[in-house]
Amino acid sequence: MRQPKIIVVGGGLAGLMATIRAAEEGVPVDLFSIVPVKRSHSVCAQGGINAAKNQKGEGDTTWKHFDDTIYGGDFLANQPLVKRMCEAAPGIIDLLDRMGVMFNRTSEGLLDYRRFGGTLYHRTAFAGATTGQQLLYALDEQVRRHEAEDCVKKYEGQTFLSAVIDEGGVCRGICAMDLRSMEVKTYPADAVIFCTGGIGAIFGRSTNSVVCTGSAQSALFQQGVDYANGEFIQVHPTAIPGEDKLRLMSESARGEGGRVWVPRNPADTRPAKSIPEGERFYFLEEWYPKYGNLVPRDIATRAIHRIVYQEKLGIRGQAAVYLDVTHIPREVLDRKLEGILEIYEKFLGVDPREEPMKVFPAMHYTMGGIWVNAEDQATNVPGIFAAGECEYQYHGANRLGANSLVSCIFGGGLAGPAAVKYARNLSSGAESANSGVYESERKRQEEKNQALISRDGTENPMTIWRELGEVMTEHVTVTRINKDLEAADARLQELEERHGRINLSDRTRWSNQTLNFARELGNMLVLARVVALGALQRNESRGAHYKPDFPERDDLNWLKTTRARWVNGEIQLSYEPVDISQIPPRARRYDAAK
Amino acid sequence: MPDAKEVILRIKRQVSPKGTPYWEEFALPWRPAMNVIICLRDIAETAVTRDGKKTTPISYDSNCLEEVCGSCAMLINGKARMACSALVDKLEQPIRLEPFSKFPVVRDLAVDRQFMFESLKRVKGWIPIDGTYDLGEGPRMAPETQEKAYPLSRCISCGSCLEVCPQVNHHNKFIGAAIVSQVRLFNMHPTGAMHAKERILALMEPGGIQDCANAQNCVKACPKDIPLTESLAEMNRQAWKQALVGWLIG
Repeated sequence: MRQPKIIVVGGGLAGLMATIRAAEEGVPVDLFSIVPVKRSHSVCAQGGINAAKNQKGEGDTTWKHFDDTIYGGDFLANQPLVKRMCEAAPGIIDLLDRMGVMFNRTSEGLLDYRRFGGTLYHRTAFAGATTGQQLLYALDEQVRRHEAEDCVKKYEGQTFLSAVIDEGGVCRGICAMDLRSMEVKTYPADAVIFCTGGIGAIFGRSTNSVVCTGSAQSALFQQGVDYANGEFIQVHPTAIPGEDKLRLMSESARGEGGRVWVPRNPADTRPAKSIPEGERFYFLEEWYPKYGNLVPRDIATRAIHRIVYQEKLGIRGQAAVYLDVTHIPREVLDRKLEGILEIYEKFLGVDPREEPMKVFPAMHYTMGGIWVNAEDQATNVPGIFAAGECEYQYHGANRLGANSLVSCIFGGGLAGPAAVKYARNLSSGAESANSGVYESERKRQEEKNQALISRDGTENPMTIWRELGEVMTEHVTVTRINKDLEAADARLQELEERHGRINLSDRTRWSNQTLNFARELGNMLVLARVVALGALQRNESRGAHYKPDFPERDDLNWLKTTRARWVNGEIQLSYEPVDISQIPPRARRYDAAK
Repeated sequence: MPDAKEVILRIKRQVSPKGTPYWEEFALPWRPAMNVIICLRDIAETAVTRDGKKTTPISYDSNCLEEVCGSCAMLINGKARMACSALVDKLEQPIRLEPFSKFPVVRDLAVDRQFMFESLKRVKGWIPIDGTYDLGEGPRMAPETQEKAYPLSRCISCGSCLEVCPQVNHHNKFIGAAIVSQVRLFNMHPTGAMHAKERILALMEPGGIQDCANAQNCVKACPKDIPLTESLAEMNRQAWKQALVGWLIG
């Protein structure tokens, strides 16, 4: 029998899980990653991972987890696969536990669970406040074991440029660039799994890592891979503002009892701790008595925006509110939240155990992504699979906290064997593909590099990127207004045009980070338009997508998935029905029990 | 004091692994809450030295910018630390940036730390599970054990402990405190403990635990406050025990 070959692009949680599962089937995997996989963005996930283990005797079930996820996502997710994910979640926790993740424990030696947003149950397993890091390391270690056994070959320091797609429209491998030698090469494979994460860099500053540019997704999109629900962007309610990055302050701070408030008098100049209880406005608790500080992220974010921009109650007139954990015993904070409190302390020089933190919403997560089918993470291009944040399947219009880690591992775990099965069923694999397709793809990418390097323009990529971030953050995040979205799209096209006049300040051929960034930026601009146009078209409010001119959810016209396609260099949007076969849509509200 | 506040940086540059290092100086407009990464981004946008000469942007590694991915480690004013959490207002100027000296330079401030990942492979740094299929829950663990192990699991492989270690030099390739501490972590886990011996034996190979000379620089340099000297002592004890057993059995 022919031995198939699989490529995985991206070494975060989803990519590592896909790699492990494919390697377990005895199929060699080439794993590509921009950074050493241990440095992937999954390390930034803080609060935990959801699974209805019902370990606190609350009567939690996987069905309730499923219902919370669908309800939290405002009914936009296709339901069958979400149901399977929630059913698989307890087993995923067991697996991670067996892999040695140092989850917090109860006195009986069992895993401890905390509460998170959008649920009334203790459903979130956690390893301090650095859960993503611990999970990533566990999978990284398992992959290293397969690597030591020669089942996995890592290509770290390589960036994906494009898929190699043959005359029949079938993916036969990838084209990648070595970020040191800048050499462009093609790599044959029978199936490729993309696990390339989020798109935060499109918004300039976000909670995402530097590599989360969405460049790979955009490159695929421009090769005919569809992109779904691009307009659904999660803005996390609590982050620490910064010029280089908006650093996440996990929902677990509220899960452990943290409270959000502002002084009732915005001119109040007293230190936060000396403001008496009666002069504080705990607006989430007041507006949403049932869920309080643990309303879903879209709700909390809009509430903070309302406090700051409409009610003008931001702390001392600034765009900031307090996230207060000072009433929680120090010992509990250090045991359960140390990782995040340390970030606040290091970057602001203030101890959040002593003083309430100042936070503000920040772009955090992309619910939309590469379109995949409802069974096995396959895209519309044969041979291309996708898993993790880069695809759209699991979170509908808004993701619940601590559901991303579970969706990465579940999706990656599905994609690995699915790609193997697909590869084994191919009548002829990559080895019989016309070698001309590889060479012409390599040349096409090499020419792009050459064009960028030799261009004598006037534009700086960093400047264009900064402007891209400003446009997207201002008009395409929390509040969306059609005329602003139209203006934003016009600005994006203008930026694309300026990108054509880039002048690289570095034209060398060794470890040229400027060249790579200029390439990524070109892709970011295309994907930014997919997000903006999707938002412009969708005239309703649903989950994270909020239009004051269309404040209600409109199931009659908009209970459908946006599907963007690249046709002759243009973005075309079409819509397809959502699978609501399990739970009929109902109104979503968090001021009362659902 | 200059009129408009400036940030002055002196950066050690090198165009390629074999290139000759040279220094360049940059002056940037000061803003509140700047860190070293922000400075490097400013330079990428202008790419002009302090004396007005056109230059290239600085190459450096970075990713998470919140000190959890381990990418942006470098020497800042001679100290091994992460660039993202190095706040300009707390640094003496001119701020001197240099690549780590114990790893091969790729370009400018970017170095190759593959040695650390290879070392993790050498010591079999993983829990050898049977497979990812459903085998039920993992072993129970006392909260006390978890609380001891968790800090060890936060190692970000930044390489600071190797950079400051006198035993890591051109003549000696000590595996480093980070890896030794990882072995301790795996050996603490109930399943990992079943294979403790293989890891200890790997730690006793050339460049292993016996090369630690107890300078204790590592624990001071660790950005994650990992009790590295404790790990070194513990693994040294385990290695001696292993050696003794080996000697007795012959």
